Amino acid sequence: MVAQDDSRKIQYREALRQAMEEEMRKDDDIFLMGEEVAEYNGAYKVSEGMLDEFGPRRIVDSPISETGFAGLGIGAAMTGLKPIIEFMSWSFCLVSADQIINNAPKMLYMSGGQFGCPIVFRGNNGAGGQLGSTHSWSVESMFSSVPGLKLAVPATPRDAKGLLKAGIQDPDPFFNLESERMLGMGARGDKDFSRYLHGGLWAPPENDDDFVIPLGQCEVIKEGTDCTVVSAGRPVHFALEAAEALEKEGLDIEVINVRTYRPLDIETIARSVSKTNYCVVADQSWPFASVGAEVASQVYERCFDDLDNSVKRVHNDDVPAPYNREMEQEMLPNARKIAEAVRQVTYNA
Amino acid sequence: MSSASPSVKEGEPSVAADPFVGLSDERLHGMLYDMMLIRRFEERTMQAYQQAKIGGFCHIYIGQEATAVGSVGATNNDDPIVTAYRDHGHALARGMDPNACMAEMFGKVTGCAKGKGGSMHMFDKPNAMYGGHAIVGGQNPLGCGLAWAAQYRGEDKVALCYMGDGALNQGATHEAMNLASIYNLPIVFVLENNGYSMGTDIARGTSMAHDQKSRAEAYGLRYFECDGQDVLDTYGTFKKAVDGARGARPINYNEKTGKRDSLPSYDRDGRTQGPAYVNVKTYRYWGHSMSDPQKYRSKDEVKTKQDIDCINRLVVQLQDAGRATEAQCEAMDTKAQELAKAAIAFAESSDPMPIEELYTDVYANPFGPYVKGAPNPDFA
Repeated sequence: MVAQDDSRKIQYREALRQAMEEEMRKDDDIFLMGEEVAEYNGAYKVSEGMLDEFGPRRIVDSPISETGFAGLGIGAAMTGLKPIIEFMSWSFCLVSADQIINNAPKMLYMSGGQFGCPIVFRGNNGAGGQLGSTHSWSVESMFSSVPGLKLAVPATPRDAKGLLKAGIQDPDPFFNLESERMLGMGARGDKDFSRYLHGGLWAPPENDDDFVIPLGQCEVIKEGTDCTVVSAGRPVHFALEAAEALEKEGLDIEVINVRTYRPLDIETIARSVSKTNYCVVADQSWPFASVGAEVASQVYERCFDDLDNSVKRVHNDDVPAPYNREMEQEMLPNARKIAEAVRQVTYNA
Repeated sequence: MSSASPSVKEGEPSVAADPFVGLSDERLHGMLYDMMLIRRFEERTMQAYQQAKIGGFCHIYIGQEATAVGSVGATNNDDPIVTAYRDHGHALARGMDPNACMAEMFGKVTGCAKGKGGSMHMFDKPNAMYGGHAIVGGQNPLGCGLAWAAQYRGEDKVALCYMGDGALNQGATHEAMNLASIYNLPIVFVLENNGYSMGTDIARGTSMAHDQKSRAEAYGLRYFECDGQDVLDTYGTFKKAVDGARGARPINYNEKTGKRDSLPSYDRDGRTQGPAYVNVKTYRYWGHSMSDPQKYRSKDEVKTKQDIDCINRLVVQLQDAGRATEAQCEAMDTKAQELAKAAIAFAESSDPMPIEELYTDVYANPFGPYVKGAPNPDFA
C-alpha cells in the first residue's frame, strides 16, 4: 500500500465545497441554504468563503428551523430551482422527517410525473466525537428504504466531490451523508485515514470541472483474494485498517466502497464475493433492518452457491451512542471488530 | 420599514364603495359559476364515494366554495397555489378540467396525476396548482418555497398557501410563517377557518383561537380577515392581501450591491408590504371526511350556516342589483350539473391505470426497475 501521496492535500470538506462552488458557477438555479452557512462561514467550514463569492441571494442563512427550510427547499425545487439544503448534522434532520421523506421523494409520483424535486440534502452523519446519542445518528438505514430518493455515503475527498456533483446535477432528491470525523481528512498531518489508501483513489482530479462519480457504482477500493469486506463512508477506513492488520496474518482482503446505497450496485459486490467466496459487511447503523442486513441479504440471493460460509455483519452495537470515549469507540464497527469477523468467516479464528 | 416599492391597488374609493368590488358582470358570473361547479361536482363526488367508486379518504368542499373562488379570483393564473387535502375546490377554481379531477379520484390514467395521487393530492402544473398535501401543515413550508422561487428569480408572482384551522398548531405552520417574515416572501397564508379540525372545535385545540391577529403580529405578517361565506368580501380582501405581497423583496437588501444593508426590522403592527395572513371564516356543511358521523356539532348549527350559503347569497345579490337574471343563474347551475355528471361518465369510461405504471414516475432519472420498460420485479 502507498503510505504517502501529495495529492491528498485536499480535505474532505474542501472537496465538498469545490463540488458546490463549481456547480453553482455553472447554474444560477442552485442555492445553498442552512444554519450558519453564510455569515458564520459554515458551522464546520464546509461553505467557508462561499458568501463572499455568491452573495446572500444564493448563500442563505436559515434559522434553526429544519422543517421550515427543508420544506422551503422542496417547494422551490418543485418550481425547478436546485436547492442544496445543509443540515448541520443529519441527527437534526429528524425534526423535518415529514418534509424530507414524505414530501421530497414522493412528489414526482404523487403528481403523476408533473412536479419533480431536484434537491440536495447534505450534512454530517454518524458518530462525531463523543456527542452522545441524540447527535450521533447514522441515517442511511432509515432513509435508504424510501423509494424516490438517492443516497450517498462518500468515503474519501474524491467521493465527496464526485458524488456531490453528481447529486447536484441529478433531477431527483439526493441525500449526501458526510461525516464530521472525516471533514478534516486529507489535512497534512492527518494520521487517521490517509495512510491506508492508494493515492489515485484518494483525491479528485485537479482542474476538472466535469468530474463526477456516477450514482450507483461501487468502488473496489482495495483489491484482494481472500475475503470481501463491503462498507461505506467512515467504516471503509476501518475496513482498510483491518485489511492492513490482516495482511500481516497472510489474509488478502478486498474492500468495497459502496458509495451509494440507493441505487445499490449489487453487481460489483456479487462479482467480488463470487471471487473471494467470503463476505463481511461493515455498516455504521444498528443491526436490525439495516443497510448492512440488506446488502447481506442480497449477497445471499446472488451468491448462495459461491459462499463458503455465512455472511458476517459488523454494525454499531445495538445501543444508543454513549458519551464515554472508550465506549463510543467500542460501539462503532471498528477495525478490530471487522478483522475478527474476517477471521471467523474465513475459518482463521 | 420595508424598502419594497408600493404596489397596493387598494383605497380606490369607487371600488371600496362598490359591493361588487369593481368586478365586471363577466367576472361575477364566472365566480358564481365556479362555485356552482364545485358544489355540483362535490355532490357527484359524494355519490361516487358512497357507490365505492372512489376509495381512500375523501374530503368534501361544500360550504367553503367562496374561499377558493374568491381567493383564486384575486390571483393571476401563474401565481402558484398549494393547499391541504380538501383540495377539489381549489383545483377546479384554478381551472383544472373536472374530468381530470374526477378521473383522479376514480384512480384512472386520465386523472390529473394518472391515478397515483387520489382525492387528497390534486396537482395541475399548467394551472400552477402545486398540490393538495395530506399531512396537516406540511404544505406550508412548501408554500414558502414557491414564494422563495418567485423572489429568487425576480418574478412578480405571489404564492397562496392554504391551510385549515387544524394546521394552526403544527410546527411546520409556525416555522413557515417565521421564514416568510424574515425573508419577506411574496406569500399569502390562507386560513380556511371552518371552525373544526376534524371533530375538534378550534377553541379546544388552539390557544388564542379568537384572535388570529395576534398570531399575525407575532410573525410580523400583514393581517386580514373576511367572511368566507361571501365571495365578494373574500375576493376584495384577497385583492389587497395578494397585491400587497406581490413583488416582495428581502428587507434591507441592496439590489445594487447584492448585500444586506442592515438587519431586518419591522413595525410593531406588521408591514404594509410583504407576506400576509388571511383568516377566512367559513364553514363546511358535510363531515370532515366521508366517514364522519358529526357528533361534535348540532344539526341546528349546520342549518344556521346553510341559511347564509355563499352561492344563494351571490345569486340574490346579483339579481337584486340587476347584474344577472334568474334565467342566467339557472342556466349556469344547469351547466354545472351537466359538467359534474359528465365528469363521472368520463371517469367511469376511462381506462384503468395500466399496472406497468406502478414503477414509473418514481425517479426523474431512473435506474434499475424504475426505467420505463424494465421488467417489473414482482412479475419478472
